[in-house]
Amino acid sequence: MESTQLFNLVPWVVFLPLIGLGINLLVGRRLGEVFAGTLASLATGLAFVVSILLAVALTGHTEGTTVVLADWITIGDFTTRWAFRVDTLSVVMMLVVSGVGMLIHIYSIGYMHNDVRHNGDAGRFTRFFVFLNLFIAAMMILVCADNFLMMFVGWEGVGLCSYLLIGFWFEKGKDGIGNAIAAKKAFITNRVGDFGLLIAMLLIFTNFGTLQFDQVFSQAAVVAAAKPGVMLLITLFMLLGVAGKSAQLPLFVWLPDAMAGPTPVSALIHAATMVTAGVYLVARSSVFYALVPAAQTVVTWVGAATALFAATIAVGQYDIKKVLAYSTISQLGFMVAAVGMGATVAGMFHLVTHAFFKGLLFLAAGSVIQGVERGMHHGAHPDHDTDPQDMRQMGGLRKQMPLTFWVYLIGALALAGIAPLAGFFSKDEILLSAWQTQPAIFIVLAFAAFLTAFYMGRQLIMVFFGKPQTKAAEHATESPLVVTLPLVILAALSVLGGALNFPGVHTLETWLSHTLGEGEPAHFNWLVAGISLALALCGLGIAWLIYGRKAEVAKVDPLKKGLGPVFMGMESKWWVDEFYQAVLLNPYKASAQFMAEQVDLGVIDRIGGGLAAGTRMLAEGIRKFQNGYIRTYALWMLLGLVVIMTYIFFK
Amino acid sequence: MIPIAFPLGLAIILFCMGIVGFIVRKNAIVIFMSLELMFNAANLLFITFANQFQQVDGQIFVIFIMVTAAAEVAVGLAMIVTIFRGKHNVDIDQLTNLKG
Amino acid sequence: MTINMLIFIFLAIVAIAAATGLILSRNPVYSALFLVLNFLSVAVFYLILGAPFIALAQITVYAGAIMVLFLFVIMLLGAAKPKEVEPLKWQRPLAIVLAAAVLLEGLYALITRISISVTTTAPDALLADPKTLAQVLYNKYSLPFEITSVILLVAAIGAVVLTKKSVKEEGK
Repeated sequence: MESTQLFNLVPWVVFLPLIGLGINLLVGRRLGEVFAGTLASLATGLAFVVSILLAVALTGHTEGTTVVLADWITIGDFTTRWAFRVDTLSVVMMLVVSGVGMLIHIYSIGYMHNDVRHNGDAGRFTRFFVFLNLFIAAMMILVCADNFLMMFVGWEGVGLCSYLLIGFWFEKGKDGIGNAIAAKKAFITNRVGDFGLLIAMLLIFTNFGTLQFDQVFSQAAVVAAAKPGVMLLITLFMLLGVAGKSAQLPLFVWLPDAMAGPTPVSALIHAATMVTAGVYLVARSSVFYALVPAAQTVVTWVGAATALFAATIAVGQYDIKKVLAYSTISQLGFMVAAVGMGATVAGMFHLVTHAFFKGLLFLAAGSVIQGVERGMHHGAHPDHDTDPQDMRQMGGLRKQMPLTFWVYLIGALALAGIAPLAGFFSKDEILLSAWQTQPAIFIVLAFAAFLTAFYMGRQLIMVFFGKPQTKAAEHATESPLVVTLPLVILAALSVLGGALNFPGVHTLETWLSHTLGEGEPAHFNWLVAGISLALALCGLGIAWLIYGRKAEVAKVDPLKKGLGPVFMGMESKWWVDEFYQAVLLNPYKASAQFMAEQVDLGVIDRIGGGLAAGTRMLAEGIRKFQNGYIRTYALWMLLGLVVIMTYIFFK
Repeated sequence: MIPIAFPLGLAIILFCMGIVGFIVRKNAIVIFMSLELMFNAANLLFITFANQFQQVDGQIFVIFIMVTAAAEVAVGLAMIVTIFRGKHNVDIDQLTNLKG
Repeated sequence: MTINMLIFIFLAIVAIAAATGLILSRNPVYSALFLVLNFLSVAVFYLILGAPFIALAQITVYAGAIMVLFLFVIMLLGAAKPKEVEPLKWQRPLAIVLAAAVLLEGLYALITRISISVTTTAPDALLADPKTLAQVLYNKYSLPFEITSVILLVAAIGAVVLTKKSVKEEGK
C-alpha cells in the first residue's frame, strides 16, 4: 500500500477502542469475562498496530500530515474541525499509549478476575474494560488532535475516565465513601487546571484568530514580538493546566488519593499516559515557551520543586502504591523541568521510559498485593486484619513470588537510574541539560534523584527482603501467567528502552526533530553520567544500610529516630491536604453555607414570600368594599358621577 | 315663551330627586319608581332640546326611551315578585348574597 | 310674565312637590300615586313644548300602563312597612350630599353656559304631528323601531318565565 495512504488509517486509533467499548457495553456481560477482556485488549492491540503502521509511513514522510475527518464548528470567522495530526511527536505518544495500554489490558484480565471476587461484585468486570477502552479513545483524541479544541475534548475525556475508574469501587473506601471522594477530588483538582488551560485557549483564539496548531505556531513569533505580555499569560495559564493534569505543585494532591482505584488504573492512567498529557502539551507548544524565557524559568522551577518535594514525601510512606504515586509525581517533575529548560527531547525520552518502568512497577505492585490477598485467604482462618497494601506487613516475598520479585527489581533499578537500564539514559539526559544550562536546577534534580534511589531501595527491602511480618505474607503466592506475562514484556522494555536515544546515536532526537525543530543534542558528559550513577548507587546503598541489616523491620521506621520531626513531615505528606482543607475548602464551604442560608433562604425567598403576603393583605383590604348592599354600590356609582362631572365642568 | 333654562333646570332637579330616592329608600318598589322619575327627567330634557333645535328626532328618541322603560319595568317587577316570593319581604337590604 | 310662564311655574312646583312626596312617603301606594301626579304634570310640559303626541303617549303608557303595573305588584306583595333599621348609617347623609353636589353642578353649568335669552318657540302643529313623526320613525329609525319590538317581546317572555312556578314545586 502506498505509504501516504497509511496515514488515512489514523481515525481508527480512536474508533477501534470505541467499537470495542460499544460491543462490550451491549453484549460483554453475557459473553463472559474472557470475551470482554480479550475484546478490549484486541481493540487496543489493533490501535497499536495502526500506530506502528503510521510510524512506518512516517519514516518516508517525516514532515507528517493532517487527516481531516469532518468540520466541527463554523461560526463567523471561527472554524474548528475534527482532524488528526500525524507527525513524529504524536506518533510517539500513540505508540506509548496503545502499546503500554495493550499490555495493561491483558494484565487486567487476570487482575480484575481476582479483584472483582475480592470486592464482591463479579458483574463489574465488563464495566472496567468499557471504561479502559473509553480512556484509550479519549487519550488518542488528545494526542492526535490538530487543534487546541479537539485536544481539550480529549483532555476532559481522560479526566472523566480517571474519575470513573478511580471511583470504580464507589461504595468502598474509608467510611464507605472514600473512593468516591478520591474520584471527586481528582476531578475537581483537574478542573482547576482545566480552567487555566481554557483561559489560555481563549487568549490564543483572541490573539491568533484560530486554534489550529500549525496556524498558531507559525504566527507565534509575530504575536510574541507585538504582545509579549499576552504570550506570557498564555504560557502561564497553560502551565496551570499542566500542573493539574500532570500533578505538579500545587495541584498534585489528587494523584496519591487516586491510588484508591484498581491497580491497572494506577498503572495506565496515573503513571504511563494521562499524567503525561501535560508534558505532551508543553512539548507541543514548545514554540510558545521558547519565545517567553520567563515562562520557561517558571516551568522549570515548578518541575524541579515538585520533583524534590514529592521525593521527600515518598520516603515516609508505608503504602506500596502511595510510594509509587509520589514517585510518579516526582518523575513528572523531572519531565516538566526538562521541557521547561528547552530539552524537549529529553523530556519525551523520559516520558517513554517512565511509561515502561513505572507501568511495570505498578503492575508488579498489583501482583504483590494480590499475592498477599491470596495469602490472607489461605488456610482455615482467613485473615481480615492485614492491609494488603501496607509494606510494613510484607517482607520476604522474594521467596514466595520470585518472578514478581525479579521484574520489580528491574523496574526499581531502572527508576533509580542504574546503567544500562532505560531510566539511566533518560534521567541522565535531563541532568545533562540542567548541568549545561542551569546549575541550580541540577542540584535540585540531583538531590531528587538520590532520594528516588533511596526510597526505591527502602521499598524493595521492606517488601521483598527480610522475614515475612505477617501470616499473610508467609502464605503469599505467585500470580498467574496472564498477569506475569505483561510484566515480563515491560521489564524487557525497561532494560532495552535506553536504545531509543543512545548518546551518540540519538534516534529519538532525530525522529522528534522533524516536528520540534532542530535542537542541539546534548553531548554525552562522562562527569554527569558518573555523578548520576554514583547518586543512584549511594541511595540504594544507604537504604540497604538503614533497612536491610535488621532482621525485621521494627514497628517504628528507623528513619524516625534519625530524622525525627523531618520524618514526621515526610510521613504526613507535609500536611498539604490539611493546609488546603483549612485555607481553601473550609472557608469555601462556609461561604456556600452562608449564601444558601442567609442569602438564598433569608433574602430571596423572603422577597417572593413577601410579595405574596403583601398582595394577600391588599386583597383583603379591598375586599371590604363589597359589603353586599346594593344601595352602597349605587352610592359609589354616584360618587364616580360627581367626580367626572366636576372634572368636566371645571377643567 | 319661556326661556330654555327653566325646563332644563326642572329636569335636573327631578333627576337629582330621583337619585336621592334611589339611594335613600329601602323598599324595592319605591326604588323602581325613583328610577322612573329619572327616566322622566331625561325625557323632559330630550323634548326641550327637540323644541330648541326644531328637530323631531328628540321626540322619536323619547318614544324609544318609553318603550325601553316599559320593558324594563315589566322584567324588573317580575324579578322582584320572584325574589320576594321566598322572602316575604320587600326590603332590598336583605339581598346580601354577593357580599365579599 | 306671560301666561305660559305662569303655567310653567305652577306645574313645576307641582312636579317637584310630587317628587318630594314620592321620596318621603312611607306607604308605597302613596308613592305610586305621587308618581302619577308627576307624570301628568310633565305631560302638560310636553304639550307646552310642542310635543302633543308624546304628551298623550306619556299619559297612556306611563301613567296608564306602567303605573298600573306598579300598583298591581304593590298590591300583590302587600304594602308591608319594612323595618326602619338602617344597616349603614352613613349612606343616607352621603347620598343627599352627593345628590346636592350633582344638582349644584348641573345648575351651575346651566347658568353659565345657557343664556337666559334663548327661549322656546311656539308649538308648531306641523312639526310634531303624528304624520311627521311616523315618517321620520319608519324611514330613518326603522331599525331601532324593529329592535324595540323585539325588546318588548323579550320582556313579555321574560316576565312570564321569571315568575313561572315550576311543576315540581306545585307537587310538593
